Amino acid sequence: MGKVLQLREALREGMAEEMRRDENVFIMGEEVAEYNGAYKVTKGMLDEFGAKRVIDTPIAELGFAGIGVGAAMNGLRPVIEFMTWNFAVLAFDQIVNNAAKTLSQSAGDFKCPIVFRGPSGSAGQLAQQHSQTFESWLGNTPGLKVISCIDPADAKGLIKSAIRDDDPVCMMESEIMYGYKGEVPEDEYLVPIGVAAVRRTGTDVTIVTFNKMIIEAMKAAEELEGMGISAEVIDLRTIRPLDHKTIVESVRETDRLVVVDESWPLYGVSAEIAYEVQRYAFDYLDAPVVRVNSADTSLPYAPTLVAGYLPNPEKIIEAVRSVTYQNT
Amino acid sequence: MVAESKKKSDTSTKKNSKHKLAYSKEQYLSWYELMFRIRKFEEAALLAYNQQKIRGFLHVYIGQEAIAAGMESALIPGDAIITGYRQHGTAIGRGCTTKECMAELFGKATGVNKGKGGSMHFFSKEHKYFGGNGIVGAQIPIGTGIAFAEKYKGTNNLCVTMFGDGAARQGALHEAFNMGMTWKLPVLYVCENNQYAMGTSVTRTSNVQDIYKLGLAYDMPSEQVDGMRPESVYEAVKKAAVHIRSGKGPYFLEIKTYRYKGHSVSDPGHYRTREELKSYMEKDPVKMVEKVMLDSGEITQEELDNIQTAIKAEIKEAVKFADESPFPAPEELYTDNYSQPDYPFMKD
Repeated sequence: MGKVLQLREALREGMAEEMRRDENVFIMGEEVAEYNGAYKVTKGMLDEFGAKRVIDTPIAELGFAGIGVGAAMNGLRPVIEFMTWNFAVLAFDQIVNNAAKTLSQSAGDFKCPIVFRGPSGSAGQLAQQHSQTFESWLGNTPGLKVISCIDPADAKGLIKSAIRDDDPVCMMESEIMYGYKGEVPEDEYLVPIGVAAVRRTGTDVTIVTFNKMIIEAMKAAEELEGMGISAEVIDLRTIRPLDHKTIVESVRETDRLVVVDESWPLYGVSAEIAYEVQRYAFDYLDAPVVRVNSADTSLPYAPTLVAGYLPNPEKIIEAVRSVTYQNT
Repeated sequence: MVAESKKKSDTSTKKNSKHKLAYSKEQYLSWYELMFRIRKFEEAALLAYNQQKIRGFLHVYIGQEAIAAGMESALIPGDAIITGYRQHGTAIGRGCTTKECMAELFGKATGVNKGKGGSMHFFSKEHKYFGGNGIVGAQIPIGTGIAFAEKYKGTNNLCVTMFGDGAARQGALHEAFNMGMTWKLPVLYVCENNQYAMGTSVTRTSNVQDIYKLGLAYDMPSEQVDGMRPESVYEAVKKAAVHIRSGKGPYFLEIKTYRYKGHSVSDPGHYRTREELKSYMEKDPVKMVEKVMLDSGEITQEELDNIQTAIKAEIKEAVKFADESPFPAPEELYTDNYSQPDYPFMKD
């Protein structure tokens, strides 16, 4: 028994439940309170929790991320919303040099239980500075945990886990998926960090993906079904730690792997997954791993260029045909 | 922490009033003990560095001891401190022992952070010491956040957020000052202005050379303080703390000081003249406070000798302890990265 919620509503429910549960949880960011959130994720939260716990900041990402780190070190559990992860680049010093390293530097004396969250990735014709993904950047950093997902039920369960986690967690959502609907359980539940989900079972090829690329991958899988190819689709949900067990087990059954990753190709999540599979499923592979990424370029404004840049079902199908040797 | 013990001006004093101690004898001895302890700790650390017992960066606090002493005596239990990487003196002032601090510099498992932090990163939750931060200025927003948490929890505590003159030029300062003032957070910003950001003098880093003036842009009460005397630091911090605890928000003290050694041990300090260094040597805070005490006639040379002897023995013992302690076991590499006990590290 469930209810249908948009991604933004599911995230809001998750945060609100945790704020009701724990006085030390608060949310801080640009436009999160009086404006009800730039993307309405925090709509109504000011009314319920008041200005002490739902806090509008000036436009100062480095500063309020640092205030969050200090508050977390001193016993609170901040949720820091970035209007987009692109703006969080200004705050990377606090995320990478402090949140991620506080526990190690202090040899376990100071924990940093903080959630940094916001949308990541392209969202239409937003051009170069508003279209980037950051899973690879932050997934590279020990000390952090990184979640990236758009399924409403998962997002709710994961943000609750993230808020309760004693380690710093970065959560990547998606601007254009905030209205995406899905069934969410009525009762309280958590989704564990670090566990992937098999969205669709299949026997001929494994497609591994995350965030909104799951939509493209599922469309491709449906079309492939009509072409007689059975694709298994895995939604990573968490980028760090990586659930390589689920990936490797699937590839050991299907013998073929395509990775769909909106990040840039070089040194990215897709490269890491390909490494894991060659390391732990080498003898099973019937074809080289193929990946479908965004283009190795900045994302320009014009619609034709956006279309050329992003992964889509056609590109995914082509990749699958390649690993199944049907691209003759 | 040392309790306030300002002397009443009308108490009977046998000595010439010109020289009498402004605070109690106990207060002076307490300041002196801490300042001398920091001085001897740093001298021992420099020696151990030359012997290659300490590696990496080493930024010593010599010349700035009066700040740690004066500041601690004006705080209450529950107050927090965070600072930058020139932080041994601050940590010792908080109550970290010279043994555990020296062992940390030696990279030993018995160090205050198990040998994982080194010279720039001492932390102690027990003493509400939020550490030495190695990224110049990054601690300014963090200290503001520590203060945010105190206000959120409804305590009477403040957070002293310390940084150097170099950090005062970072953008993080302005973002933190702005939010600290907007939200009236209980934070005391302290700029230890030792006049050099590594090799670059304050005069070369900004058109605004009186750093306290940066606070005025945010309507923050801001003052310049003589950092060579524990008395002036104590008085300034005490006054600022009263303001902060009354709920009026942050206060900014630019404490003028001088570091006698280079930025780090690898720095010969060619950017300063011999004359400049000599003029500051004459203002050595340890020597000056000794003179104040002896001139008063209330404290004898013998009393100072006793403190010196005890501290020299303590530091010798700290070095021996550090030297003889074991390095961390190799498996410690994978501890303290995550709170999660079974975090699945990528190992192959």
